Amino acid sequence: MFEKIWSRHVVAEGPGGHVLLYIDRHLLHEGSTRAFGRLQNSGRRVRRPDLTFATADHYVLTSPGSPAPDEEIRAMVASLGQHTAAQGIVYFGVGDARRGIVHVIGPELGLTLPGITLVCGDSHTATHGAFGALAFGIGSTEVEHVMATQTLWQKTPKVMRITVEGRLPAGVGAKDVILAIILKIGAAGAVGHAIEYAGSTFRAMSMDERMTVCNMSIEAGARAGMVAPDETTFAYLEGRPWVPRGDAWGDALAAWKTLPSDPGAPFDRDVQLSAGEIAPTVTWGTSPQDALPITGRVPNPADVDDAARRASMERALAYMGLKPGTPLTEIRVDRVFIGSCTNSRLEDLRAVARVVKGRRATVPAWIVPGSGLVKRAAEAEGLDRVFVAAGFEWREAGCSMCVGMNGETAREGERVASTSNRNFEGRQGKGARTHLVSPTMAAAAAVTGRLTDVRTLQS
Amino acid sequence: MEPFTRLTAVAAPLDLPNIDTDRIIPARFLVKPKGAPGYAGFLFRDVRFNADGSEKPEFVLNQAPYRGARILVVAENFGCGSSREMAVWVLEAYGIRSVIAPSLGDIFHANCYKNGLLPVILPGEIVAGLRRQLHERPGAAVTVDLDAQTVGAPGGAQHRFEADPFRKEMLLTGRDELGLTLDFEARIGEFEERHARAMSWVAPPRR
Repeated sequence: MFEKIWSRHVVAEGPGGHVLLYIDRHLLHEGSTRAFGRLQNSGRRVRRPDLTFATADHYVLTSPGSPAPDEEIRAMVASLGQHTAAQGIVYFGVGDARRGIVHVIGPELGLTLPGITLVCGDSHTATHGAFGALAFGIGSTEVEHVMATQTLWQKTPKVMRITVEGRLPAGVGAKDVILAIILKIGAAGAVGHAIEYAGSTFRAMSMDERMTVCNMSIEAGARAGMVAPDETTFAYLEGRPWVPRGDAWGDALAAWKTLPSDPGAPFDRDVQLSAGEIAPTVTWGTSPQDALPITGRVPNPADVDDAARRASMERALAYMGLKPGTPLTEIRVDRVFIGSCTNSRLEDLRAVARVVKGRRATVPAWIVPGSGLVKRAAEAEGLDRVFVAAGFEWREAGCSMCVGMNGETAREGERVASTSNRNFEGRQGKGARTHLVSPTMAAAAAVTGRLTDVRTLQS
Repeated sequence: MEPFTRLTAVAAPLDLPNIDTDRIIPARFLVKPKGAPGYAGFLFRDVRFNADGSEKPEFVLNQAPYRGARILVVAENFGCGSSREMAVWVLEAYGIRSVIAPSLGDIFHANCYKNGLLPVILPGEIVAGLRRQLHERPGAAVTVDLDAQTVGAPGGAQHRFEADPFRKEMLLTGRDELGLTLDFEARIGEFEERHARAMSWVAPPRR
C-alpha cells in the first residue's frame, strides 16, 4: 500500500534515493504563521490554495467564550486568519463550528481520503493514515516549501508491518493497543519507517479507533502509520463535505479498493502482537514506551542490567515522584484530562459517558472535544449533561492541555491521568506529571482519584 | 543557509536516550519569534535553569569546559516527539552546528538539514565511546568533516559516517531546497496535469 501511494506521487527523482513528492492536501494551524511570514517576505504565493486548509487549534483557549489573555497568542491566531484570507485558503476560525483539532477535522470534513498524500506541520499527522492515506508531520521550513511548490523532497522510508490478530478483551481499546505496540518496539522502534497496521484487530476497529492507533505512530518513531481502506472507511467517508461526489465518488471507490497491499508484499520489518494479551495500559515514566498493564507495579531500575536504561528509569521515576514496586492502582491523581488528537472524538466521549454516568468525579476533570462538530454531536446525544452531572468540565474544542501552548497547563508537581499522547517531562506544564491512559481509564481515574483498572468499575 | 564543511569544536555529551523536542524547547517559548531577545536561553530551559533563572550546575552545558560547545554527542532517539523546528533554531542560536547520535527523531533529523546543522549517525557503541571520552576529557574538541565524512574523536580515532549525497551537497553549498525545487516548476505543472487525470477524484470539490 505504501509503495502504491508513494509511486503515484513522484514528480521527479533526485540523487541518493530522494524524490520530489507531490502533496495532495496541506493542513495548517496557528504554528504555520511563521512559514506564511517567510513566504510573504520572499514575495511568493501559496501554489495551490485549493489543496490547503487551515484551522485554529494549538493556541485557542478552550474555556468557553474567553479570548487569550496573552497578546502574543492573540496575535498568532489573528495572523493565521489574515494570511489565509490573503491567500484564498479555506479557514475554520474561532466561531466556526467546523473549527477543531486539525487531525480531528480533516477526516470529519472529508479532507482526508485514501490514497492521497497529506502533510501538516504537526507530528501527529500520521492520524490521517487511518484512511489509507500517506500522511506525515513536517517542520516549518517544509511547510513553507509545500506552500510554495506543493511538493517535498523526501527519501523513501522503510516500511514496517505491525500485525495484531484477535478480539480485544473487554475494557481494552485502541489506545491500549498502540501503547502496547510502543512498549513492545520502543519509542525509537520505528525510526526511519512508515508503519502499516494489519490484522483482524484493526479490521474490526471503527475509524475513530484506527485514528487513535495511527495518531501515536510517531511515539514509536514512525512519521507515518497507515491502515488499508475497507468498507468501514468508505462508509465513514460517504457524504462528508469535501469527499468526491457523483461520478467522482465511484471513480474514487474503484481506486481505493486497489490500495491494500498485495498478498506476499515484502516489508522491511514485521512485528506481531496478539489482541488477547493486551490489557488496559498506563504509563509510569516520561516516554510513551514507559508503559505497563494497569495490573502491574512501578518497575525497579535496579532490576535492569543496561546502565543507560537504568539511569533513564531513575530519572523518570524521580521526575514522576514514584517509588519502585508501588502497585499502579495505588497512584493517586490530581486531575484528569480527556481530549487531544488521540482521544477526543465522539466514540471516545461516548465511552467516557458510559463509565461516568451516575458517578462523580473526585478530582478536577476536563473534557475537551476534538472539534465544534464533535461537541455539537455529543450535546445532541446528551453526553454533555452526563459529564456536567458527574462534575466534569465540558469545554470548547482545541489541543488544550495535551501540549499547553495556549497556557492551559497543569501545575508543577500535579499528577494528571491524560488521554493525550505524550508523557514527556514538562509536556503538560513545567513539572507536571502525566500518565497516558485510554478514555475509559481516564474516566475511571476521575471517579476514584487514582489510576484504576476500568474493568473493576464496569458492572 | 550557512554552509557546513568542516568544524573542530568543543563537544558536550548528553547521555540520556529519548530527549524529546519539548525538553529541547518547552512549549511556552514557541510563540516567540526566531531570534527574539534571549532566544538561546530557551534551549533545554527547564533542565538547564532553575525557576529563578540561576543555572543548574549539574547540567552539562553549565559546566565550564563544555560551555559554548558547538557539537552535541547524544544518545538514541534525540529530538523525538513534536515536529517543532524551533528545537533546531534554538540549538543553532546557542551555537550548535552538529549533533552526533546513534539515531534521531525523523522530523528533527529532517529539520536539521534545513538549517545548516549537520546530523551525524554513527553506531551506538561508537557514539557511547565518544561520550565516555568527552566525560573523561572535559572540553575536548571533536572534528566533524562533511566532505571526508569523518568524525575525529578526541583520542585521534577517525570514524567514517554515511552521508546522503543529496543532503551533503545542499549542506556543503548552503543551498536551500526551495531554491532547487523552483527549477522543477515546469515538471510540477506537468505532473499536476497527469495527476488530475490519473486520480480524477483527488481535487476537493468546490464548495
